[in-house]
Amino acid sequence: MSWLLALPFLIPIGTALATFSARARHHLCGALSVLGCTMMLIVAIAIIALVEKNGPLAAQMGDWEAPFGITLVADRLSAIMLLISAIVGLCVSLFALSDIDKYRVSLGFHCFFQLLLAGVCGSFVTGDLFNLYVWFEVMLIASFALLVLGGERIQLDGGIKYVALNLISTLLMLTSIGLIYGLTGTLNMAQLHIALAAVDNPVAVSALAVLFIAAFGIKAAIFPLFFWLPASYHTPPVAVTAVFAGLLTKVGVYTLIRTFTLIFPNDPGFTHNILLGTALLTMLTGVLGAAAQYEFRKILAFHIISQIGFLILGLALNSPLALAGSVFYIIHNIVAKTNLFLISGTVQRLSGSFELSEIGGIYKASPLLSTFFFIAAFSLSGFPPLSGFWAKLLLLKASLDQTAYLVAAVILITGALTLYSMSKIWAEVFWKPDPMGYCSNLYALSLPERLQRLLPVAFLAMVTLSLGLLPEPLINYALATASELLKPGDYLDAVLKPEPTQSIGNP
Amino acid sequence: MEGPLAIVVGILIATGVYLMLARDLLHYLFGLVMISNAANLAIFIAGRLTRASPALIPEGLEVPPVPVANPLPQALILTAIVIGFGLLAFTLALIAQAYKVLGTLDVDTIRIAEPVKVKRKVSP
Repeated sequence: MSWLLALPFLIPIGTALATFSARARHHLCGALSVLGCTMMLIVAIAIIALVEKNGPLAAQMGDWEAPFGITLVADRLSAIMLLISAIVGLCVSLFALSDIDKYRVSLGFHCFFQLLLAGVCGSFVTGDLFNLYVWFEVMLIASFALLVLGGERIQLDGGIKYVALNLISTLLMLTSIGLIYGLTGTLNMAQLHIALAAVDNPVAVSALAVLFIAAFGIKAAIFPLFFWLPASYHTPPVAVTAVFAGLLTKVGVYTLIRTFTLIFPNDPGFTHNILLGTALLTMLTGVLGAAAQYEFRKILAFHIISQIGFLILGLALNSPLALAGSVFYIIHNIVAKTNLFLISGTVQRLSGSFELSEIGGIYKASPLLSTFFFIAAFSLSGFPPLSGFWAKLLLLKASLDQTAYLVAAVILITGALTLYSMSKIWAEVFWKPDPMGYCSNLYALSLPERLQRLLPVAFLAMVTLSLGLLPEPLINYALATASELLKPGDYLDAVLKPEPTQSIGNP
Repeated sequence: MEGPLAIVVGILIATGVYLMLARDLLHYLFGLVMISNAANLAIFIAGRLTRASPALIPEGLEVPPVPVANPLPQALILTAIVIGFGLLAFTLALIAQAYKVLGTLDVDTIRIAEPVKVKRKVSP
């Protein structure tokens, strides 16, 4: 079954090649992109079903056994991240059909988009740190290209800042990988779990842990390291921002969760306190930054940062319930955030602007779109019964269980401030009368464009709504994921003791 | 040899950081090259340095005789160098394009994406 775990990155790479050769014919190119994402979705569903049934899956590439060869592994966390990435990929590729102009398609937009997905999915299934670095680079170079594709002045400006700060994170990551190899002699994550526990040099381990926090922290945009994000995320076309917002920072969070549950679980008093402090500051600074902005996408970009704080918070509290909260939050957040950016793009298409002061009357022009925004935005700020409410509730309960009242207070304050900026957007963009009189209604768009823009938005809103109304399956899944993360026995067995028959599919 | 090489890595990183802190993007790029070389050297040292003992298996043996150089860090560095070159080439092209379009490499004056707020005049 080893091919199954390789498919999440082989399919996008194949699609990337196909779209690159077809880039002159933009309809074909878009169709290929959507097709590739659909195939990925099917594979992701297959993987999550198998993981749910048989526990963590592992595959050794080229039959080199675990600590020596390249290991691909999918546990519950990887599986759900693959699934949500495939969903986001499909929605954004559909949205991109109308959002990305012919010029950008001919430059290879779909090719880079698929390479980005390959990098994201590769990071989720890889079982060793060096391959993680390689997949991060695949993702990074594709994101660089997407960010500056088209070469507008504003994009070049955002691109420079994004590239400059992300390259530093790459170098930090490479250095820390080199040092951890020097300390333990292995880079396989499962092997590292065992090897690091045997290292008798707590100072070196703690120093490494901090290096990893910094390296992945830049990717995840945590508190003092996030400035590349609001500087660049509002510059490319909306489809690009949406997939960045949905997936890129979350890959950083995923690696932080993976690293600090599997590789560095030994000194939570030190590392997890650093994470806790940064998480709280990330939540507050992000939301305060958002409150000061008056541009649609800049507000949303600052909210990405604030939400990253919540995701790290679950990891930092380090209890099964808190980790489950993180997992639930990450899924809810990817869906809601991607949707908000897609809606901002559609609003811009209707009104011609992202500035709150120049837009208005969208509710009157298209109530349907406004309803979808309402669902996504109020879910983000944690309104019951939407999905964000359950995510915040889990984290709140986890912090109260540990009598961490300050944490609980910060969660509530951040929620309230999120609500403030979301209602600011609601009041300005959707509710107040149109100041310019430009605003057209959805029916002014051609039928294919309307469908390409509304279908992904409607689908993501439905996901948010159904996660909110029926949270139980995902909460159970998240709790199972958390216990799997905190007791990685099955993961270690799957990677280090491969059964010769690989009895997958034969119960 | 680890000691002197570690000092070299330190000097490279210090120089790199100094260059990266300049406001000029070209300086930033040179600093980046230095730090990326320092990172590669660090991996190299982390794999332990052994003199003149390539990881070759003589005929008739199954494993190489004991003191051998660790080939894994070298494979890692090779990968890292290739990736580093790719990123460097992209960054160089980006900076060149930025200079062509924006007309400056001074990061403090590049403020298109985050314009400095100008005080609004009250309309009469």
